[in-house]
Amino acid sequence: MTKDECKQVVLDIIAEIAPDEELSDVKSEVALREQLDLDSMDFLDIVMELRKKHGIEVPEGEYGHLVSLDSCAEYLTPKFDALV
Amino acid sequence: MEKYDVAIVGAGMSGIAAGIRLAHFGKKVCIFERHYAPGGLNSFYFKEGRKYDVGLHAMTNFVKPGVKRAPLNRILRQLRISREELNLSEQLGSRVSFPGRDLRFNNDFGLLESEVEREFPTEMDGFRKLVETIQAFDDTEFNYPYRSAREVVRRCITDVVLEDMIFCPLMYYGSSTEEDMDFGQFVVMFKSIFFEGFARPQEGIRNIIKLLLQRYKEAGGIRRMRTGVASFKIEKGRVDRLILDSGEEVRADIVLSSVGLPETYSLCSEKIVSETDIKTGRLSFTETISIFKDQPSSFNWGNDTIVFFNNRDRFAYREAKDPVDLTSGVICIPNNFAYGETNLTEGIVRVTCLANYDSWEMYTEDEYNSEKENWRSRIWNAAKAFMPPNSLDYSRNCIAHDMFTPKTVEHFTWKQRGAIYGAQRKTKDGTTPFANLFICGTDQGFLGIVGSMLSGIAMANTHALR
Repeated sequence: MTKDECKQVVLDIIAEIAPDEELSDVKSEVALREQLDLDSMDFLDIVMELRKKHGIEVPEGEYGHLVSLDSCAEYLTPKFDALV
Repeated sequence: MEKYDVAIVGAGMSGIAAGIRLAHFGKKVCIFERHYAPGGLNSFYFKEGRKYDVGLHAMTNFVKPGVKRAPLNRILRQLRISREELNLSEQLGSRVSFPGRDLRFNNDFGLLESEVEREFPTEMDGFRKLVETIQAFDDTEFNYPYRSAREVVRRCITDVVLEDMIFCPLMYYGSSTEEDMDFGQFVVMFKSIFFEGFARPQEGIRNIIKLLLQRYKEAGGIRRMRTGVASFKIEKGRVDRLILDSGEEVRADIVLSSVGLPETYSLCSEKIVSETDIKTGRLSFTETISIFKDQPSSFNWGNDTIVFFNNRDRFAYREAKDPVDLTSGVICIPNNFAYGETNLTEGIVRVTCLANYDSWEMYTEDEYNSEKENWRSRIWNAAKAFMPPNSLDYSRNCIAHDMFTPKTVEHFTWKQRGAIYGAQRKTKDGTTPFANLFICGTDQGFLGIVGSMLSGIAMANTHALR
């Protein structure tokens, strides 16, 4: 999986959780919370959707890796690759 | 023996909301409901071909789509329900009406501010200070210590009439304690009614219940209606199994009970909590529902969505001494929401007052029915005094009516003493002395339709999903 594909996976999940958010120009390097109205309940949902949809486990101590799309891609891409 | 990841007791707003979260994330979950109708305290019924709503008059917490951090938008996200599906119409406007004083409010907080300035010009600085105190309070924390809301308000506001006028709607729409409330609860209620506001789906509560059940079913949740839970068999500090009314036994890793704290404890086979510690709520209500052939606007009652009235010097929110306390109440006109082109087909006026459970409990069947008739007309007269004058002849214009009492509530919801706002003490974090038994709904402490759904979501997230 490429990093761009990984970012798209995360964006698709956010689109499902927060259909009222405008996602077309989310900046990869900027924290998601700064650009979108996401609270801790929403981040928990991103983690749980990753597990439900893709079988990816994100332990509670590692939620910090999900801060921006770039950091998500950095952290999650190896996990996706490890699945195959 | 059937085994679930999570068993939920009660198919009310909180139970179904919790069920949606759990089923969505793959838990094997079953909701057990003793009644044949879902909704719990917010439900509906049919009588003589007409549908009647029971429970809350309107949804509180109304905000426009996209408003950040608002409870309504948060719960819809968590339940994957869209604003469009909910199809909410805003209130036209409401009032707190006391002798010689009126405070109007709507979904724009500016109206209430200007009304306070008009009626209580010298209290304006104090009112602003109160608003700042409310805004500064962190209501996302579960375990704040009890603080008397009356004391906090009195530090800002000196006129007792204004104090009572602020408390009146907040107490009527969600206080299980008499005369005073926890400041945290006060903040939640103040925000939900005055900062945010009232709205209603045109179809009423049915639309919300229908949406919730649809989501629950899609997510794979199981629901067993007319299947009450008779007791929890406790072993080694846990609920080992649930005994159903039929005698059937089922197991669950986690049990979420929405039936109330004293009601839940009375289901447990092992009593480790002293029963006297959990005071059953004392506050119960009666409601009359009158149906008119014509729209309320045709008889000059077209402007008020909800009117909170009190006809005494001081507002008394406590258990009624008489079968019905006529000194205060709430009038709700479901026609007076901004539905657009088509309104409800008939005019509806609901009037809610505090009631005395024991009086209604002691009547024989004949007395009960005749007292209902007697009080219905007295309630109507008490309410009418606060509405614009008209020439309505009630007995001629009213085409149908119904009335429920604390007995009716107890009969259909199994809430002890018909205390709709539940026990006086809440368990904010939802925990009980039993390791896998958690409370959601009214006695967890969030009230109203939005509050109850938030309660189910929060308890499912905290105790069954992490």
